[in-house]
Amino acid sequence: MSPDRLLFLLPLVPLLAAVVAFVAPGWSRRAGLAAATAMPPLALWTAMGVLESGMLSLPLGGWTAPLGIALRADGLSAVMVLAVAVVGFFISLHAAASFPGAGVQTHRERFFWPLWLLLLAGLNALFVSGDVFNLYVCLEITGIAAVSLVATAGSPDAIRAALRYLFVSLSGSLFYLMGVAILYGGTGVLDLVLLVEVVAGDPPAIIACLLMTGGLMMKTALFPMHFWLPPAHSSAPAPVSAALSALVVKGGLYILLRLWFGPFADLVGDGAIQWIGGLGAAAIVWGSWQAIHQPRLKLVVAYSTVAQLGYLFLLFPIAWSAADRTAAFTGGVVLLLSHATAKAAVFLAAGNVLAAVGNDRVPSLCGLSRWLPVSAFAMGLAGVALIGLPPSAGFIGKWLLVVAALEQGQWWWVAVLLLGSVLAAVYIIRLLGPAFVMPDSDQPPNPVSRIAEWTAFALAALSVLLGFVAIWPARLLAASVGSGFSP
Amino acid sequence: MTGSTVDLFLLVGAALFALGAAGVFREVEALRRIIAVNVMGSGVFLVLVAIAARGEGPPDPVPHAMVLTGIVVAVCATAVALALADLSRRHGSSADDKADR
Repeated sequence: MSPDRLLFLLPLVPLLAAVVAFVAPGWSRRAGLAAATAMPPLALWTAMGVLESGMLSLPLGGWTAPLGIALRADGLSAVMVLAVAVVGFFISLHAAASFPGAGVQTHRERFFWPLWLLLLAGLNALFVSGDVFNLYVCLEITGIAAVSLVATAGSPDAIRAALRYLFVSLSGSLFYLMGVAILYGGTGVLDLVLLVEVVAGDPPAIIACLLMTGGLMMKTALFPMHFWLPPAHSSAPAPVSAALSALVVKGGLYILLRLWFGPFADLVGDGAIQWIGGLGAAAIVWGSWQAIHQPRLKLVVAYSTVAQLGYLFLLFPIAWSAADRTAAFTGGVVLLLSHATAKAAVFLAAGNVLAAVGNDRVPSLCGLSRWLPVSAFAMGLAGVALIGLPPSAGFIGKWLLVVAALEQGQWWWVAVLLLGSVLAAVYIIRLLGPAFVMPDSDQPPNPVSRIAEWTAFALAALSVLLGFVAIWPARLLAASVGSGFSP
Repeated sequence: MTGSTVDLFLLVGAALFALGAAGVFREVEALRRIIAVNVMGSGVFLVLVAIAARGEGPPDPVPHAMVLTGIVVAVCATAVALALADLSRRHGSSADDKADR
């Protein structure tokens, strides 16, 4: 089987597992773990195909664009699909370990698996979609699955947060869809590659660009549209928080990258690119500042996501006029991978804290290093990546961005990057400080599954180790330069 | 279809979209916001149908397919929103009781 054919398996495998998990609840955990295990090899296979041929594409049903729907994967898609597969695998393990044992199936687990698998299917489909309307459908699938997953927590706070998240998500998608409609009205094309050639700088295209960008900013929680993220991400169950912060918000960012560096490249001037970078900078400062002042662990981590998303938006101005765009992009992508793994690790560790102590107020972290040494170590390692200390992937990503920014004399972004690291150090140390206070007893109030501890550790270790192999995403991105789809 | 009719549809579609968007951001009551999202969606669908009807000959089927898909998505999303709103209202009353005590 050629790797092109794989492209439809990426969304299909988790989707079928989701159906099984929903129809046969007794099999849901097994279906979920099977799909989660199948995804890393599939993603790796896709990446190998991209390395070999630059770009994979599959016209569904044999219908080629503009009539049919094409699935496509280039270096950026392959990196995202790999991130979903690897982070998704560990999150699935953690979920399976932290739900009650076999025989007991809670209401929460009954609905967790189908929705979680649907979320994975939607994300995979999103990252291999080749046209703007298909991207809309994938945005909605991931959005609705993500909202419902937040609601599985069942608490009044979670339900309210889910409802607020749903309204932002739905209206964001509709802004995006209106942009798609106007774009189609002006060009008669939906395919991302074909759009690059036909989008002109006329008023309808500019309106479409504004609508789509606005909608995606809402979905990506870019400052000042971030207000929905902290309540939703902090009130969800631990595996869901991890998936939302690590993977789901990256979907909107991915589409923005594709559009701004693809079809809208001629519309976007230097002013707009500095402006979106400015919002990213504001997100870093505001998100970090809020993170420093939150009373609860999960809120600290959620505000940290607001800040870390800001870094990814600095990629726009830094990569825009870079002499070596691929190097700047590598920096952004490595930072994205670092955040995906580190943030998932911290949220899973926070889930372990909640399970052990019963609440996640920052003072309750006292004694964590003795009660849950593995989780405490995971939080420390992930903190290294979030702050951006060497040799973590967070450091390599920031370093590449700093070099690219300095080459163009855009020193103000460097200042923001450094300030962000200092603020991140403050909120990470604020969490780790109490963790090393010695408790009175040796045992935590409630026992925590060992798998749940080690999955958090594995993700945290990955976020540091990725720094040593940052050349891999660089190769993937370089493989598809000039394929017409790549940014 | 004549150009002026298409223009009218486009304008009404844009107006509905704007009205709905204003509703989503300004309303507080969940049910009103759900209706506002649907008004927004109808605006987009109307614009798509008008785009399909432009020009000579039979209408362009691609926007029609997009509207059909969009309606399916809108129905699902509305169902989820209604379920959440209902849950939130039931929880909301008990949370208010706590606040009173």
